[in-house]
Amino acid sequence: MELDDLKELIELIKETDITELQLEKNGTKVRIKREKMLSPMEISVQKFGNLQEKVTQTAEEETRLITVTSPIVGTFYRAPSPEAPPFVEVGSKVKKGQVLCIVEAMKLMNEIESEVDSIVVKVLVENGQPVEYGEPLFLIEPV
Amino acid sequence: MKLFKKILIASRGEIAVRIIRGCKELGIKTVAVYSDVEKDSLHVRLAEESVCIGPPNPTQSYLNIPAILSTAEITDSDAIHPGYGFLSENYHFAEACVTSGLTFIGPTPENIRLGGDKAKARQIMKRKGVPVVPGSDGPVASEEIAIKTAKKIGFPIVIKASAGGGGHGMRIVKEEKDLEQALYVAQREALTAFGNSELYIEKYIPEARHIEVQIMADNKGNIIHLNERDCSIQRRHQKLIEESPSPITASEKFRKKIGELGVKAARAIRYRNVGTIEFIVNHDSNIYFMEMNTRIQVEHPVTEEVTGIDIIKEQIKLSAGFPLEYKQGRIRPSGHAIECRINAEDPERFIPSPGRITYLSLPGGPGVRVDTAIYTGYVIPSHYDSLIAKLIVHGKDREEAIARMRRALDEFIIEGVKTTIPFHKKVLNNPDFIKGDFNTTFVEKMNSAGREVPSLSVTKD
Repeated sequence: MELDDLKELIELIKETDITELQLEKNGTKVRIKREKMLSPMEISVQKFGNLQEKVTQTAEEETRLITVTSPIVGTFYRAPSPEAPPFVEVGSKVKKGQVLCIVEAMKLMNEIESEVDSIVVKVLVENGQPVEYGEPLFLIEPV
Repeated sequence: MKLFKKILIASRGEIAVRIIRGCKELGIKTVAVYSDVEKDSLHVRLAEESVCIGPPNPTQSYLNIPAILSTAEITDSDAIHPGYGFLSENYHFAEACVTSGLTFIGPTPENIRLGGDKAKARQIMKRKGVPVVPGSDGPVASEEIAIKTAKKIGFPIVIKASAGGGGHGMRIVKEEKDLEQALYVAQREALTAFGNSELYIEKYIPEARHIEVQIMADNKGNIIHLNERDCSIQRRHQKLIEESPSPITASEKFRKKIGELGVKAARAIRYRNVGTIEFIVNHDSNIYFMEMNTRIQVEHPVTEEVTGIDIIKEQIKLSAGFPLEYKQGRIRPSGHAIECRINAEDPERFIPSPGRITYLSLPGGPGVRVDTAIYTGYVIPSHYDSLIAKLIVHGKDREEAIARMRRALDEFIIEGVKTTIPFHKKVLNNPDFIKGDFNTTFVEKMNSAGREVPSLSVTKD
């Protein structure tokens, strides 16, 4: 096996999800193993049983759902004030532009709006929790 | 007097790591901020807490004042260390910290504002008896005034941006006929780079040395200097190699004089905390004030190595209100230190070379220090500056420091990206550098000399 062949093989593997490949050719044995970073999906697969179901379900979910992330650093609030009811709950139907929550930064209340008509599937953070840029806040399902 | 409980480091890269180290030694908790491409950065790993503040574009992350102040709020930080670059010399930020009840670790907002107005700083220094480069009295308000000033001080002159630095808005003008065009170009460049087109004029001092003085002051107005650093090895106004003591001026008398001028300049503007006064020295050893750097500097380790003082820890203590614990008489530099700034750039064309570091091996042994945030597997992002490591050596004298730096550069292995290590090796083997006979034209001269040498041809069998 020439170096060029090996290089080509490595390039090919990079393009796929293959983590280990063993090849025997003309008396030369080659084993290429790739260190793959575990994605959260894979970690849960290893931790719990009922893997198949969970995996396919998550895969389906992932293509369907949108994660609403925080565009700023601040404190997450579910309601416009402590006494008021939350802007949304799980199952709430939301229109594009409708406020989902507030992220407060430096005494300024920033309203986070939904980008699409959707249904709230999951609330990912607790009321009063500090959030960072890019922090997932809600899972919503576009309708 | 109590130290802070928690400090937010509003910076990244090697200086963020440096600051975190100082905090840890003082028992202070640390908060790192990072852009979303820097999750695997060393400063994020080393800090106790870390918060993602925005996308990679500095305007939306490291320069994002609301994001940083909000982070301080949600983490309950008491103070912010701005590092260098980014917001470190932004007086709005310093003021905003004060308004938010946070301590800004650095000088006062007023010090920063003045440091950023170079024309005004010159004026004040002149008034207070600190020698300045002959030039305009403050900014030049019109072309007529510029021409008049230029004729008065005599060509060649240099046009500089009041709000500027790093060579932007800077033009050397040799003859009167080129002045009008140069003013126009400099103004436009200054406006683009700094949002401020104000210019001032100085006499151009050819073959000058850039020698700066490290200053330290407490809130009571006690000011000392920690001796000088020679930063003449520069390319396009970017420093590449710094050392202390300055090799050119080995006389104790000169060094005492420049140190005292540094303190005089700092006193003239009631400077607080840590900073640097930059001087330009001509071939007759005349010292002229050039500008102030109202922040901790990249090259601070050079001074740390010769004085044995941890400038970052001192800076934090001074900000917490502790009095200066050193007296000028106790500052006795020992030996010689040199720093090479290693950039991820092509060593000949200096074009940035971001990418993944596939292999890293740091130099070590006696008198060798590396300040860096890189590690094997680290991906150097393309959004920030190309400084990836500072290699600092200390020796009992300049000869040993040079031998040590050569040895350390040889041991320093960084694979996967291009670095300026070969450039530094070239300088450390250059006869003029070794003699200590150089000024700010050194790099230019060395590079053009190199190009004149014909390349050797390889004969094939």
